[in-house]
Amino acid sequence: MSSIAVSTTINGDDVEFLCRADETLLDVLRNRLGLLGAKEGCGTGDCGACSTIVDGRVVCSCLVLGAEAEGRTIETIEGMANGSELHPLQAKFIEHAALQCGICTPGFLIAAKALLDVNPEPTEEEIRYWLAGNLCRCTGYDKIVRAVQDAALEMRGERA
Amino acid sequence: MPKDHGIGASNKRREDVRFLTGRGKYTDDINLAGQAYVHFVRSDVAHGTINKIYTTAAAAADGVVGIFTGADFEGVGGLPCGWQVTDRHGNPMQEPPHPVLAQGKVRHVGDPIAAVVATSYEAARDAAALLDVDIAELPAVVDMKAAVADGATKVHDELESNLCYDWGFVEENRDAVDTAIKNAHHVTTLELVNNRLIPNAMEPRVAVGAYDPTNDESTLYTTSQNPHVIRLLMGAFVLGIPEHKLRVVAPDVGGGFGSKIFHYAEEAFCTFAAKQLKMPVKWTAQRSESFMTDAHGRDHVTKIELALDAEGHFQAIRTETYANMGAYLSTFAPSVPTWLHGTLMAGNYKTPLIYVNVKAVFTNTVPVDAYRGAGRPEATFQLERVIDVAAREMGIDPVELRRKNFVTEFPYATPVAVEYDTGDYNAVMDKALEIADVAGFDARAAASQAAGKWRGLGINTYIEACGIAPSALVGQLGARAGLYESATVRVNATGGLVVMTGSHSHGQGHETAFPQVIAEMIGIDESMVEVVHGDTANTPMGMGTYGSRSLAVGGSAMVRATEKIINKAKKIAAHLLEASADDIELKDGQFSVAGTDKSVAWGDVTLAAYVPHNYPLEDIEPGLEETAFYDPSNFTYPAGAYICEVEVDPDTGKVTIDRFSAADDFGNVVNPMIVEGQVHGGLAQGIGQALLENCAYDENGQILSASYMDYAMPRADDVPMFSVDHSCQTPCTHNPLGVKGCGEAGAIGSPPAVVNAVVDALQRNGRDVRHIDMPLSPSRVWSAMNG
Repeated sequence: MSSIAVSTTINGDDVEFLCRADETLLDVLRNRLGLLGAKEGCGTGDCGACSTIVDGRVVCSCLVLGAEAEGRTIETIEGMANGSELHPLQAKFIEHAALQCGICTPGFLIAAKALLDVNPEPTEEEIRYWLAGNLCRCTGYDKIVRAVQDAALEMRGERA
Repeated sequence: MPKDHGIGASNKRREDVRFLTGRGKYTDDINLAGQAYVHFVRSDVAHGTINKIYTTAAAAADGVVGIFTGADFEGVGGLPCGWQVTDRHGNPMQEPPHPVLAQGKVRHVGDPIAAVVATSYEAARDAAALLDVDIAELPAVVDMKAAVADGATKVHDELESNLCYDWGFVEENRDAVDTAIKNAHHVTTLELVNNRLIPNAMEPRVAVGAYDPTNDESTLYTTSQNPHVIRLLMGAFVLGIPEHKLRVVAPDVGGGFGSKIFHYAEEAFCTFAAKQLKMPVKWTAQRSESFMTDAHGRDHVTKIELALDAEGHFQAIRTETYANMGAYLSTFAPSVPTWLHGTLMAGNYKTPLIYVNVKAVFTNTVPVDAYRGAGRPEATFQLERVIDVAAREMGIDPVELRRKNFVTEFPYATPVAVEYDTGDYNAVMDKALEIADVAGFDARAAASQAAGKWRGLGINTYIEACGIAPSALVGQLGARAGLYESATVRVNATGGLVVMTGSHSHGQGHETAFPQVIAEMIGIDESMVEVVHGDTANTPMGMGTYGSRSLAVGGSAMVRATEKIINKAKKIAAHLLEASADDIELKDGQFSVAGTDKSVAWGDVTLAAYVPHNYPLEDIEPGLEETAFYDPSNFTYPAGAYICEVEVDPDTGKVTIDRFSAADDFGNVVNPMIVEGQVHGGLAQGIGQALLENCAYDENGQILSASYMDYAMPRADDVPMFSVDHSCQTPCTHNPLGVKGCGEAGAIGSPPAVVNAVVDALQRNGRDVRHIDMPLSPSRVWSAMNG
């Protein structure tokens, strides 16, 4: 099968890669670009472990073709922290112990970031519905919701 | 004032930064140079005879490097079962072979028939589509009672029947229990189902096998909770590889919940094929494979009878349970409905006579084994449901009925062979009632009523046996393994420590909690302690993590090893201080001579151990490294009281959990923040079982719930914020930390609370409903309301 040349932007960097027509964006990130933060939990778009942001919208990268990345702007977990400075969501996930085994965590952070990008002051209910596309088997979601609430508060500058 | 370091401090987790930045190293993140990929051809029928496997076309496909079938494994051992149960007549259980790849027959949907290895996943999958299997389908055995009826089709032709064992416990009590129930003032009988669950760790299973011909060494990277157990089982029983030529690595593991304890065919296959093909072989489960091949959980059908006197004192309990084993015996399957279930049937109560009968049954379904709680949720569910029903039948408040029967004096020897060392069940009940604000329930119920909803309150207690386990005892009970744990503490010359543990962390935060213990013992900063786990090459032989045992057993081994370190260090310090070792005290990282101002720092002593210029070489060896194996003398017995408040929509039957409160007694707590998270996660799994999750099979043995569209996992909008408390602490009396374990409590204690609450809501609204089987889906609840 011939390969397709794709030019895209990932975490602010211009990236070019070759991929087959049937390769998913998740496969490209993991297998061609060495970005292993996105995980395959189901391959059917039901668990959110592979969440990435494409042109400002959170998507399951297992349901997007690599070739569809052409000309897009993509954000992955690897670009979330600013160097060694964690994003407020990441910092609050530590503070609230909002992760255990960690496998779903990159997906939750990406989804939560996408939420706060469009809704900086979500209610508990809005957070729960927004994150309902991400499965976590360890935490029972309580601490995740609290961490997102707290990060939102901090990002709005209402509390240091 | 909460502590800010050491035992009892809510230290933030040091492992989190790598997970949060996408730099965790899970098995699927491991790719070896030149690796090939395997795709398994699996049975799409539940039961059948394999007539022929046509491999020619597949073998000729692009990229294929090898095709394997059952015939390639004829000289290889089968997957072993690690626990032999003896039936009530003194006979060993029926134990069928469990081949790595099917031989002659397939016995469940998902049973692996052939393996296609190719240079890419895509090539392996494409070639597998060219592989043709001629299977003559046989009638499938799905229902457990039908499976043991006369004339039933046999899952294993070589066995006498589909009955694995008929277990009675305590068999000597059988007649006395019958008599007590016959003569009782009141007997409450309840028939119930403990629904089959699929564990669904969010990381699918992965195995990467590698072989180094230069030293004849095999390596397996795998998603395991216990790499040493896999090394022993696979090396000794399946592939015949001595342990010194086999390394098993379980790196970051994305959740287990029991499902990653067991030794699976894919692990053996990848290790075997890597040696055969002289190239690394990798397998990553598709989620649908997880549904069809990860060992399932629960699946009990039970009749329980509770006999009471006129005042409500429990007189006797008799149960009859059918427990599904699935098509083969998974690693620890036989122990779950027996020793992990029957021994817990006393619960928190003084019941003088108990008899538990368990019939374990083979069916054409996925093997069933330990899943978070493993036997204890099944025991708790029966008991706490039947007590609630009895309370209503006798007109006694359900809390009062429980209190009336609580064990209050410890140690307490149950009639089912275990001895509870400590506990205070009234204290956890009082705490639960307080944090749940049960006093305010009536006002909330009235508000719900005004909004057109029915509110219900469910209260129960639980007890579990953790810290598995005293090796000699479990050996008598049929375990084919010891259940100690190990730790090596290596002190470096400059004072830092590495603890190499046989426990395994797959979300439990060991890298954070274990250093809190050691740092406190020595009086140094936690940052000086590092934890190494998950690799048989650099950790002592250990049994791994399950049964809430890591701190109670693995932590105890760490304490023992650290005590040895401190004892030796005191001798070195005594030499340096020219004093007697008996007079040396260690505090805040300083060794001092009692009653004097003479002291030497921890780092000076560790340096002396490795640079022994001024050192008592005639008395002690240089170096500072100690290993301990800790074998517990008893189980630990965490207990608690859980309270669930639900709203039921009378129009649809939909249940919403409005409040959930859990008061647990875990004994001493090392890191309260981590403990809280463990409880939360367990609660969500228990609520999932109670309201959402169900593994369904049709009558042909087709699994109907093999995707997330069909198997309802609890999501963020399905569960409430939790109210949890672990301030009631009766420390364990027989391990050095006084800890009991917290990993399974939430999943054990919560299902009956949810069901009790829903039944309560319906009864408060005039519906004569005794019980609804889990999961309490809207249709089941609506049917119960309107039936």
